[in-house]
Amino acid sequence: MAKLRQCAIYGKGGIGKSTTTQNLVAALAESGKKVMIVGCDPKADSTRLILHSKAQTTVMHLAAEAGSVEDLELEDVLSVGFGGIKCVESGGPEPGVGCAGRGVITAINFLEEEGAYDEDLDFVFYDVLGDVVCGGFAMPIRENKAQEIYIVCSGEMMAMYAANNIAKGIVKYANSGSVRLAGLICNSRNTDREDELIMALAARLGTTMIHFVPRHNVVQHAEIRRMTCVEYDPSHKQSDEYRALANKINNNTNFVIPTPIEMEELEELLMEFGIMEAEDETIVGKTAAELAAEAAAA
Amino acid sequence: MQTADNIKPCYPLFRDDDYKKNLAEKRQQFEEGHAPDKVFETFMWSTTQEYQDLNFKREALTVDPAKACQPLGAVLCATGFHKTLPYVHGSQGCVAYFRSYFNRHFKEPCSCVSDSMTEDAAVFGGQKNMIDGLENAKAIYKPDMIAVSTTCMAEVIGDDLNAFINNTKKAGNIPQEYPVPYAHTPSFVGSHTTGWDNMEEGILRYFTLNNMEGKVVGSNKKVNIVPGFETYLGNYRVIKRMLSEMGVGYTMLSDPSEVFDTPADGEFRMYAGGTTMDEVKDAPNAYTTILLQPTQLEKTKKFVEATWNHEVPKLNIPMGVEWTDEFLMKVSEVTGQPIPASLELERGRCMDLISDSHAWLHGKKFAIYGDPDFVLGMVKVLLEVGAEPTHILSHNATKRWVKIVQKLLDSSPFGVNGKVYAGNDLWHMRSLCFTDKPDFLIGNSYGKYIQRDTRYKGEEFEVPLIRIGFPIFDRHHMHRATTLGYEGMMSVVTQLTNAVLEQLDKETIGMGTTDYNFDLVR
Repeated sequence: MAKLRQCAIYGKGGIGKSTTTQNLVAALAESGKKVMIVGCDPKADSTRLILHSKAQTTVMHLAAEAGSVEDLELEDVLSVGFGGIKCVESGGPEPGVGCAGRGVITAINFLEEEGAYDEDLDFVFYDVLGDVVCGGFAMPIRENKAQEIYIVCSGEMMAMYAANNIAKGIVKYANSGSVRLAGLICNSRNTDREDELIMALAARLGTTMIHFVPRHNVVQHAEIRRMTCVEYDPSHKQSDEYRALANKINNNTNFVIPTPIEMEELEELLMEFGIMEAEDETIVGKTAAELAAEAAAA
Repeated sequence: MQTADNIKPCYPLFRDDDYKKNLAEKRQQFEEGHAPDKVFETFMWSTTQEYQDLNFKREALTVDPAKACQPLGAVLCATGFHKTLPYVHGSQGCVAYFRSYFNRHFKEPCSCVSDSMTEDAAVFGGQKNMIDGLENAKAIYKPDMIAVSTTCMAEVIGDDLNAFINNTKKAGNIPQEYPVPYAHTPSFVGSHTTGWDNMEEGILRYFTLNNMEGKVVGSNKKVNIVPGFETYLGNYRVIKRMLSEMGVGYTMLSDPSEVFDTPADGEFRMYAGGTTMDEVKDAPNAYTTILLQPTQLEKTKKFVEATWNHEVPKLNIPMGVEWTDEFLMKVSEVTGQPIPASLELERGRCMDLISDSHAWLHGKKFAIYGDPDFVLGMVKVLLEVGAEPTHILSHNATKRWVKIVQKLLDSSPFGVNGKVYAGNDLWHMRSLCFTDKPDFLIGNSYGKYIQRDTRYKGEEFEVPLIRIGFPIFDRHHMHRATTLGYEGMMSVVTQLTNAVLEQLDKETIGMGTTDYNFDLVR
């Protein structure tokens, strides 16, 4: 048996982490790999395309019902979907109350104690909510958990900001442990020169763009049916893209401690690609009237 | 009135007329309490079956818990290692509580530090506190090892001990090779027994996980003893004595029997005795590892089996005669050392003591509460002397424990009236003591309030408390007593028998009414 590989997927909210993860995992499962997905997001939408369900019943929901986590059994929280993929959602509170980060810690501890990480597994993927706001959401990258981190991003400015910030977070853990950045996954938004831009960003971060996933409506069509593209239309060229991504991840050995860049450097990069205009320092803080007066004087 | 030449404590001072008047006026003018008859009526209602039924339907509320939190256990565990400073990553108040808890029980100082996380640490994470805290604690208190556990606060914000400790070492605030084992001990999960188990596993893991090369099971010709959350210092001593008499080498994996029993000779000892690091490192070479609290040490058991390849024997807590026999026979089987005549003699004395006293204990009903293994052992003791355990309660026990106790009850005719409760608190126990009165209640100091309440209903309803368990705050020096082995059996049976006799004296002391049975010889 090959060693179990644990991977965490991070990225800006709404970038398509859950969709990408599930398609990628479906492609891995299709190639014969045994995979588990652990959803680390109170929205609990990390497994719906695999299970064809609205939302899987979560560990925290079941624990709240049963009274405590100790009263749960593994089979209560673990569902098996497409391609034998094991699915778990940590779950968490409604927005505005409680602590979702603690939910992630509780759920992962529970899975470990109950022996969910069994010897047959090849991969575990943690799909983590967009903004790593507290220690709880860093739980998947603690020692002896995920050692490879993939960041999903696109050629949009905010997605790249987020990717750089996540890289900063990884450095903190990478210095004391074995967690590494394993690559950027570009989930295309059809912006100009997107692939070159992400490749350039990846290079600055010390990693690579592991794959460029083009945008295609078939992903949405599949999603409406609560399916991955890989399952919905296996012969579609988009499914081949996810297979390519899965294959690259399977063969990936390029794990690095990232070198996050300063804000100025990131902005320069964006300007270089025409995503951001150069700032005109002379107009900062001037009202329309002042500018008009200056224009008249000139 | 209080005067300088005759200073009285609050009792009896508050029974003086001026204080009585003052307190009555305060009640009347400011407290807005219900009328005494209403209060009494409600009290009486709280003693009924109807109230008990409602009480057992409680879901979201605990009243008078019979358990403490994880880091308390972690601190006790860490204290049992040589020159080890327990360090709690989290807020300061928690640690004050752990320390005072042990102070009050052992009547000894308890050295333990916290890194005092406050508002900013809750927002930014506690790494800064950890970096400064470890450096300061090492510099000021000069321990050879710092054992880190956590409070709720650090756990809720998700602080990562492994990363923080490594970063502290990396930053050079403490040396790379300085031992800092750790355990995550969220207080809102499990109890003090879980915390003890977690810390033990953390320490064993730290010293042995990556040092298993060259380790051979049985090569040091010793047995390891894991005491668990054990607060009877006599229990550490009796186990060590029995093993010594057998000529068996042993390693007690956590032994606070010195540090919580230091002499008053003018010297303060922050550290005393305890398991050394070398002993821990050598522990995988033992024949096997014996758990004295087998139902409470799951994590330790898992580690010892998986990493040390020890076959952990299936034993019960060595309370009572039969389970002590089994313990000794297992040690003998594992080590090849025969059970010596001295222990046979001791067993014989124990049997003699039981036969002298059992008539007084026969058929007496006992309610019991406490930690799971202790309660299980107590049930065994009672059944062995022909007493009847009735209400058997453990707040921090599992459903599996309920089955184990039930099986034990089923094995004896004295067990037929026993009912087992896991996850219930002392307010439940209070109801049970009213609706189905036992002759005695066995438990820690907190049981005295049940005794007071039952007494208030009337003398014939009073359930006297026999103090065995943890904590015992209101009686002195009980922590040196023994509950394990034949010695422990003798000590416990003595305590039980004398409680029965004292109660009998109390009931037969009536001059000219009941004193026909106020006997000199019992």
